Amino acid sequence: MSAASTPSPVEGSATPAPLLLEARGVVKHFPIRTSNGKKIVQAVDGVSLQVRAGETLGLVGESGCGKSTLGRCLVRLIEVTEGQVIFDGTDITSMSRRELRSRRTGFQMIFQDPYASLNPRRRALATVEEPMRTHDMGTEQEIRDRAMHLLEIVGFDPSYADRYPHEFSGGQRQRLGIARALAVTPRLLIADEPVSALDVSIQAQVLNLLADLQRDQALTYVFIAHDLAVVHHIADRIGVMYLGELVEVGDSSPLYNHPAHPYTEALLSSIPVIDDEVEKRDRIVLQGDLPSPIDKPGGCAFAPRCRYSQAICVSDKPVLQLLSDGREVACHFPLVAAATTTLTI
Amino acid sequence: MSESMAAQPLLDVRDLRVSFRTRSGTVDAVDGISFTVGRGEVLGIVGESGSGKSVSMLSVLGLIDNPNCVVEGEVIFQGEDLLKLDDKELRRIRGKEIAMVFQDPMTALTPVYTAGWHISEQIRAHEKVSKKAAHARAIQLLDAVGIPNSTDRVNSYPHEFSGGMRQRVVIAMALSCNPSLLIADEPTTALDVTIQAQILELLRDLQSEFGSSIVLITHDMGVVSQMSDRVLVMYGGRLAEAGPRRALMRDPLHPYTWGLMGSIPPTDGTRVERLAAIPGAPINPSDPDRDRCLFSSRCGFASDACRPQPGLVEHVHGHLDACVLPYDQRPALRLEALTTVMTESGASA
Repeated sequence: MSAASTPSPVEGSATPAPLLLEARGVVKHFPIRTSNGKKIVQAVDGVSLQVRAGETLGLVGESGCGKSTLGRCLVRLIEVTEGQVIFDGTDITSMSRRELRSRRTGFQMIFQDPYASLNPRRRALATVEEPMRTHDMGTEQEIRDRAMHLLEIVGFDPSYADRYPHEFSGGQRQRLGIARALAVTPRLLIADEPVSALDVSIQAQVLNLLADLQRDQALTYVFIAHDLAVVHHIADRIGVMYLGELVEVGDSSPLYNHPAHPYTEALLSSIPVIDDEVEKRDRIVLQGDLPSPIDKPGGCAFAPRCRYSQAICVSDKPVLQLLSDGREVACHFPLVAAATTTLTI
Repeated sequence: MSESMAAQPLLDVRDLRVSFRTRSGTVDAVDGISFTVGRGEVLGIVGESGSGKSVSMLSVLGLIDNPNCVVEGEVIFQGEDLLKLDDKELRRIRGKEIAMVFQDPMTALTPVYTAGWHISEQIRAHEKVSKKAAHARAIQLLDAVGIPNSTDRVNSYPHEFSGGMRQRVVIAMALSCNPSLLIADEPTTALDVTIQAQILELLRDLQSEFGSSIVLITHDMGVVSQMSDRVLVMYGGRLAEAGPRRALMRDPLHPYTWGLMGSIPPTDGTRVERLAAIPGAPINPSDPDRDRCLFSSRCGFASDACRPQPGLVEHVHGHLDACVLPYDQRPALRLEALTTVMTESGASA
């Protein structure tokens, strides 16, 4: 009700929100040595995407699809092999380390494993204070006050400030990680599987917290996860990755309700559902595993597992094309009509 | 009450209690649960970490070798109380009559032996067959669980398989002696969703082909709903709710089950602003205050009536739960629980 009356910054407004983050042809290759000589893992292979201020972009895919590597490239935790990442109008891939450091207050990361991403010897308050000290964001008193405020925002009683990470549960640690990420007032948060290590009931709490924070602090999210249902829940737009490439990008609901790429369709059908009515739908069980990103198949990377695959899929690599509903899909035979006619909406 | 052989359940667990002695006192990981598994039935046990779902099944098989662990109660399997058997007698049943599939297929296999070795070893531990015959059966089993080129792959080592294929090998091992009961402890949690779908389909096919009973332990309501005939919901080592799958999924009775279901994003394509999450954290099994409904500390409907722990009551045929809320008001209360979450979000906006 109240949700419907407040239009999201992306949908429904005449002027779209400005671009906050843009990736242009990002490539990340890892050279490896094997018994057959040197080879290259093509972890991310030419990904371009755009994130508008205030929206949530979900990146979804199976393990090994390169979604985490892409996430790390987006905040330059690792260097890209090729391509650019533009944050708020500035190319962060080419700037110096010193310059990058001062820009880091604009974008922060939340990690999957709340056990590994916190310093076990640092108390909760000090954990949240540290990034503010690093970036010299005020007097000691100001930093302390803001840290206490942040702990409160993510739902901690003031008495928790002096506790060590081991005294927190998994969900609480993840909330501490969120407080730390918020300390430098970032505009963009990259969350890499922030809930997949948590119990179901705690997952829901953290997802609700992220939604509340976005609403209250006008945050922009890139939310990386393997669970399409979770991504659909939190994201305005979804990018589906397969073997280092985006195979489908589009608004959350149309993509979820009418997938255009056969891989999206299969991912969707793999979600175990509770409802008996939905359960009757056609189940697509993909054969085989994700191919290795070392020797990627020529043509469409998904062709070997695709039930619609034809000769052209093996020989020619499909590029992202625009569909009638504004979505982009890299498939020779998309399941939703391509944009040959004009929009009627 | 006919006590004919066919009507008897395959596994009958009565008042099972598993407690661990720790420095800070006794911890009841499993606190007096009773349930049965019928022949050919798939029983799903769902719960969060620390709910006692894994420990209960490990103790059934005598697989907890912690000297500080005490297991009490009765576990009647085909007329025998498993808890009274010694290790040698248990070994006759384990792997042959009751087999287990674990969450992590890498640690369930020995890295220095081939897939074929694992399976033949299991067969030869229980049956007097030649190595050659066991090897041939290993190939057949790998075929049955859908591993391509089984004649070659039988000689592959665990690290040469992907996660999903490894889990298939583990399932082939479990099925090698045609067990009447298969216990699968989070068999797909470590796998990708598309691989999870493959393994669940495989388990379903094998179940209808071999007719084994399955106990499926998982934290995923979706998985449990897709696989099970009957479902147990555990919280803090106790049963919160138990019932036939459809009844439990359509009309869940216990507030904890409502919370578990509300915590999952809807899969039908609708989007909600907020999830109906459960406040607080799962109960710590070492919490000394146990003479109460353990969920009451997180429940929106908690009252003085939640103390002492309410007993399990059967409301509809086979559908029972342990909650003091009036049965006929449950649907209304469930709706109320959902709307409370919505207004909370409005208030903080």
